Amino acid sequence: MESTLNHYDPELPVLTTSVDKMVQWARRSSIWPVTFGLACCAIEMMAMSCSRYDIARFGAEVFRGSPRQSDLMIVAGRLSRKMAPALRRVYDQMPEPKWVISMGACASIGGVFDNYALVQGVDQIVPVDVYVPGCPPRPESLIYGIVQLQKKIASQRA
Amino acid sequence: MIETLRALMPNVAIESGPSTDQPSIRIPVDALVGVAQTLRDRPELAFVLLVDVTAVDWWPREPRFEVVYHLASMTQRLRMTVQLEGQNARLPTLQNVWPAACWLEREVWDMFGVVFEEHGDLRRLLMPEDWEGHPLRKDFPVQIRLKPRYAEPLQVTEEEFRANLARDKAARADAPGR
Repeated sequence: MESTLNHYDPELPVLTTSVDKMVQWARRSSIWPVTFGLACCAIEMMAMSCSRYDIARFGAEVFRGSPRQSDLMIVAGRLSRKMAPALRRVYDQMPEPKWVISMGACASIGGVFDNYALVQGVDQIVPVDVYVPGCPPRPESLIYGIVQLQKKIASQRA
Repeated sequence: MIETLRALMPNVAIESGPSTDQPSIRIPVDALVGVAQTLRDRPELAFVLLVDVTAVDWWPREPRFEVVYHLASMTQRLRMTVQLEGQNARLPTLQNVWPAACWLEREVWDMFGVVFEEHGDLRRLLMPEDWEGHPLRKDFPVQIRLKPRYAEPLQVTEEEFRANLARDKAARADAPGR
């Protein structure tokens, strides 16, 4: 925690910092993802949130059932063209600030499914902050993606 | 079983097809409803369940489409196929024989563009409602560069929002019973 603070004097029970750093710290320390599992990647996402990998260590464990309570959308799986309006609607219902992780090859570029039914990359529908490669990515990869997103949030203006 | 069916319907040309797993017959399209009713109603056949309806596109060969019905009774199974000519293939619906045909035929129409006459509810089942074309046809492109469609959120300015509120309030004031 010391690294985010400007000044820390052990003699005084007072911390000084800037509002920017305080807000960034608050935002990145409790990322609440919305439940948006689309395909097999969702199994790895669930494994990541459970006890063996446990993203509670990074303050991101609360998967919300409602987009109105969440600030991260992990698009876990291939997105069909018919599902695209629903994904966009869920994203639009999330309050600002909000971030998107595109999980796996299918969500990022369409994966092996280069056909009529699937959207070739969810960045055509919503702005993506972090792409996690893999088919499916292991839970460690997704945790790494979340940590990268936390670094990105730390560098954003509040 | 096929001999039983032939004896029951002497006027219909029932071909038995090659098959390794279950009996397979091919019938002309104008006899489809009659054969289906016989298969369902005769106690020695009793195919009470329509398991699946699907199709095969043999493009560019003619006859192009082959609609396949998978039937089951308590003791045996049957595959029944109908061949259809041309781009705009049509055949009668089997909803009056097996009500389960409704969604199965919708799916075949959605994917292959085979029209089921007098179906009554031939809407898209798997593809989006505004989709053009039938994607499982062999002349449908495999890789299409089509921008995905999604709805943008409605943007309302503060003035419009206040105007909407005032309009709703006026409408409530004018409503009867107030």
